[in-house]
Amino acid sequence: MTTELKSFQFRKERQASWRELEKMVERIEKGGLRSLDAAELARLPVVYRSTLSALSVARSISLDRALLEYLEVLSARAYFCVYGSTTSLGGSIGDFFLRRFPVTVRRHLVPIGIAAFVMLCGVLVGWVLTARDADWFYVFVDEGLASGRNPAATTEELREPLFDGGGGEGLGTFASFLFTHNTRVGFLAFALGFLAGVPVFVLMLMNGMMLGAFAALHSSRGLTVEFWGWILPHGFPELWAIILCGGAGLILARAIVFPGRQTRLANLARQGREAGVIVTGCIALFLVAGLVEGFFRQLVTNTAIRYVVAAAGLAILVAYFGLAGRTREAARG
Amino acid sequence: MAERSRQRLITPPEGVPLEMQVARVGDRLAAFLFDALIQFVLFFIVGLAFMLSGESLDGGGGGAIAFLLIFLIRSFYFIGFETRWQGRTPGKKRAKIRVMDAQGGPLRTDAIIVRNLMREVEVWIPLALLVAPETFWPDAPWWARYLFGFWTGALLCLPLFNRDRLRPGDMVAGTLVVEAPKAVLLPDLGGQRPRTQQLATAPAWPEFTFTDAQLDVYGIYELQVLEDLLRRTDPHRRKAFAAVAQQIVDKIGWTGGKLRPEPFLRAFYVALRGRLEGRMLLGERKADKHA
Repeated sequence: MTTELKSFQFRKERQASWRELEKMVERIEKGGLRSLDAAELARLPVVYRSTLSALSVARSISLDRALLEYLEVLSARAYFCVYGSTTSLGGSIGDFFLRRFPVTVRRHLVPIGIAAFVMLCGVLVGWVLTARDADWFYVFVDEGLASGRNPAATTEELREPLFDGGGGEGLGTFASFLFTHNTRVGFLAFALGFLAGVPVFVLMLMNGMMLGAFAALHSSRGLTVEFWGWILPHGFPELWAIILCGGAGLILARAIVFPGRQTRLANLARQGREAGVIVTGCIALFLVAGLVEGFFRQLVTNTAIRYVVAAAGLAILVAYFGLAGRTREAARG
Repeated sequence: MAERSRQRLITPPEGVPLEMQVARVGDRLAAFLFDALIQFVLFFIVGLAFMLSGESLDGGGGGAIAFLLIFLIRSFYFIGFETRWQGRTPGKKRAKIRVMDAQGGPLRTDAIIVRNLMREVEVWIPLALLVAPETFWPDAPWWARYLFGFWTGALLCLPLFNRDRLRPGDMVAGTLVVEAPKAVLLPDLGGQRPRTQQLATAPAWPEFTFTDAQLDVYGIYELQVLEDLLRRTDPHRRKAFAAVAQQIVDKIGWTGGKLRPEPFLRAFYVALRGRLEGRMLLGERKADKHA
C-alpha cells in the first residue's frame, strides 16, 4: 500500500503558485509595487487569494508544520503587499480638495461651531477687559509677540507697523516662518484633543483673547478700521483654519468622552481619521494665510484694497466650504 | 515560536484569519530613536547648508527654504515614509516591525497622517516640558507644571498599559504595529525538498506496519515533535533517533522484528500523520497523547 498522504498531494498540486507568489512578494518588498509589470500586477491578487485559501485548507487537513508555517508567513507577507497602503500621498489630491475635505467639514459642523464659539468668547473677553482697563493687555498678549505694541506705545508707534511693508526684503522667509509656525499650532490644537479636549478650549480661548486685546488696544487709539484691514486678509483663512483644527481636536475629545454605540476604541479610530482629513486640509489654508500675511500685507498698504481682498477671501471660503463637493456627494448617494 | 500573549488574529477582507505578532515596546522605541536620529542629522545638514550659503535670515530665499525644509522633515518624515513604504520607516525596517490597519483592512493615508500628527502631543510636548518648560508655558505655577508633566508623561507610557501596545496615535488612527513576518523562508521547501518527499511517501519500508490502536496512542503535539526531530541535521541526531525509536516501541508495544531507528521513525511519522489527518477530516483533532 503506497498511497500518498492527502496533505502531500495537496501540497504537490499547489506549491507552484505559492512559489510564484513568493517571488512576487520578494520583489515588492525590495522595490515596491512598481517593480511588477502590468500582467504580474493583475496576477498578484489571484495568487494571493489562492494562497490564502490554501492556508485555510491546510489548517484543516495538514499536520505538516513546516508547510503550515511557510503558508502563514507567506500569506502575511503577501497581505502587506496587497493591503500595505493603497493610495500615495499625492495620488488623490484632486478628489481630496474637491470633495472629501469640504464634505468632511460640513459633516462636523457642531464641534467646529463649538471651537469657533469658544474663540469668539475669547475675543469678546479680551476686548471688553482690555477696553475697560488697558493693563489687561499684558495678561493676554505675550510680550515677544507684541514686539513693543502695548498700551505704553504712542498712537504713532501703533500705526506704523500696520503700514510698514518692510520693503520686500526677507518676505519669503517671513511667509515661510508664518506658514510653518501656524501649521504646527494647528496640528497641536488637533492633537491636544486627545487629552479630553480641555486644552483645546484653552488654546482657542487664548488665541481669541489675544486678538480681542489687540483689537481693543488699537480701537482705543482710533485705529479700528486700519487694524482690521491689517488683520482680516490673512485672518479669515488663518483663524478659520485654527478653528477647524480645534474642531478636529474636539471630534477626538467627543469620541473619547462619549463613545456612543461602538466601543471607545473603535469609535475613536473612525472619528480620528475623519478629524485627520480636516487637519490635512488645513495645511493648504495655512499656506494661503502665510502667503497673504507674508507678501500681500507687507506689500499692499492701502486699507481699502485690503478690505476688498479680505471680502473676496471670505466669499471664496464660504463658497468653497458651502458648495464644493455637493454634486459629487449627491452622485455618490 | 512567539509568545501567545502577543498573537493577534487579523481577518483580511478575504476572510481567512492571519496570525500577527504585536511588536514589542522595546523594538518600537528602538525604531523611533533611529528615526529621530535620522531627523536630527537632516536638521543638522539643513542648518549647516544654510550657514554655509551665507544668507541671513531676513534676506533672500535661503531662510524661507530652510524653514520649509525643517518643517517638512519634522512633520512629514514619518508620514512620507509610511505611505511610501507600506507602513514602514527606516527605523521600523531595522527593527523589523510595521504598521497595519487594526481591523485587517487596507492601511489608508488618512490613518498614517493621523497617527503621526499625534506625535505632537506624545513626544514634542513632553520633550519641550523637559528641556525648556518656561518657553512652553511662561509663568505657570509649579503645581500646574507638574500636573501637566504627569499627564503627558502618562500619555507617553500609554503603550505599556494596554495589550495591543497602542500609543495615542494608534488609537486615533485605528492602527496596530506588528512584527513584520520573517523574510527568511523556512529551509524546508527549498533545499530539503527531496527529503520531505521521502518523509511523506515513506511506505517504502513495508516491514513497518502499525495498527490503528498503536497509532492512536499519540496526538498532534507528539507528531510535530517527531517532525522536528526528523528535520534535525546536527551530528547527534542518530543517537536521539535510537532513543526515541526505542521509547515509541516500548510505548505502543510494537513487535515487528529488528529495529532500525531512522527508517522506523520515518515510517511511523507517515503512518501517524496519515492517521491523525484522517481523523481530522472527520472532525476529531487529537491535540496530544492525553487527549
